[in-house]
Amino acid sequence: MFDWLEHMAQWLVYHVFGMNPEDHLAKALDFFIYDSIKILLLLFTVVFLMGIINSYFPIDRVKNYLSRNKLYGTEYFMASLFGVVTPFCSCSSVPLFIGFVRGGIPLGVTFAFLVTSPLVNEVAIGLFVGLFGVKTTILYVLSGVLLGTISGLILQRLKLEKFLTPWVKEVLANAQRDQERFEEEKQSFKQRLPIIWDEALKILKGVLPYVIIGIAIGGLMHGYIPEGFFEKYMAKDNLFAVPIATILAVPMYSNASGILPIVQVLVDKGIPLGTAIAFMMGVVGLSLPEAMLLKKVMTIKLIGIFFGVVMLCIIVSGYLFNIIF
Amino acid sequence: MKHSIQILGTGCPKCQKLTNVVKDVVDQNQIDATIEKVEDIAEIMKFNVMMTPALVVDGNVVLKGRVPSNEEVLATLQ
Repeated sequence: MFDWLEHMAQWLVYHVFGMNPEDHLAKALDFFIYDSIKILLLLFTVVFLMGIINSYFPIDRVKNYLSRNKLYGTEYFMASLFGVVTPFCSCSSVPLFIGFVRGGIPLGVTFAFLVTSPLVNEVAIGLFVGLFGVKTTILYVLSGVLLGTISGLILQRLKLEKFLTPWVKEVLANAQRDQERFEEEKQSFKQRLPIIWDEALKILKGVLPYVIIGIAIGGLMHGYIPEGFFEKYMAKDNLFAVPIATILAVPMYSNASGILPIVQVLVDKGIPLGTAIAFMMGVVGLSLPEAMLLKKVMTIKLIGIFFGVVMLCIIVSGYLFNIIF
Repeated sequence: MKHSIQILGTGCPKCQKLTNVVKDVVDQNQIDATIEKVEDIAEIMKFNVMMTPALVVDGNVVLKGRVPSNEEVLATLQ
């Protein structure tokens, strides 16, 4: 599908710039040009398509659906699935949390949504498709949804309502299931498209510098690290690799879009996929800025339990991936 | 008619961008309006908004979860 791009990059580096194909730097530059254009094209496509889906599943509709319908245990899965199509912004997590609590949605279901929403967001999916291909992306999305569902189920069992901050407990006491019908924006597809297009462009612009820097570093590593370099240190039978990768990942949120291209090169050079996926889930799904924001609605203890359970699920899925692949 | 504009947001970068857009539009078109930033989460929740930033004009939520273009903001003020 991207043959034309590969030819273009090669032509540019070896003919226009006249660089030697045996040269490390030339190889790295070739890889960089090809990779960054391919990834940015795919990223934009995915963000745009997700924008279209999201436009038909706005958050209010999701909340009303979860709040109004009896779902007989599937609500955790549904909330997790809705988390995929909702664009995530850590600054929205608090109003979102309160909105769900007020709508009488159980805490565990709310957590299921809160886990998946950042974990499987449009930028991560777009980068995944560009970096790892469709198969690994589907695997990532499915395990993300499952991870949110299971974390939600566990957190519900722990009966954590007592660890909410006092004013949220008050909201909880007055919670009621929504009866009102959601007023849908009556916009035609044609009217929606320009807004979605603009929004996708804005998102792309926002992550562009990180992605380019990430790919540049990845490109350099690609040219200089020998094949199989990491297999010596991070072999599958190293039991500590997955937990260490997960713990290291949590503080790295702000640069998630820059870190993913680097991880791709690491996988290329021999880091097991499960360890890498655990690392990426930690980077994308759990962030310290989000934890700080959640302090408004949760006690530190609850944030700790929340992050702990999610990290545990990430570590388990990392091991599972390593066993399966 | 004098408009009352409220910008709901807990202080994220997007909320700041929305504030700038609104200020630009109001200045450029010499619209008579008061602009107020609402940063307290309990106050924000009174508007039943789950995505920030949100734009409230004369008590009605007209936009949420994204930063609009100048034209869009202008349209809500006419």
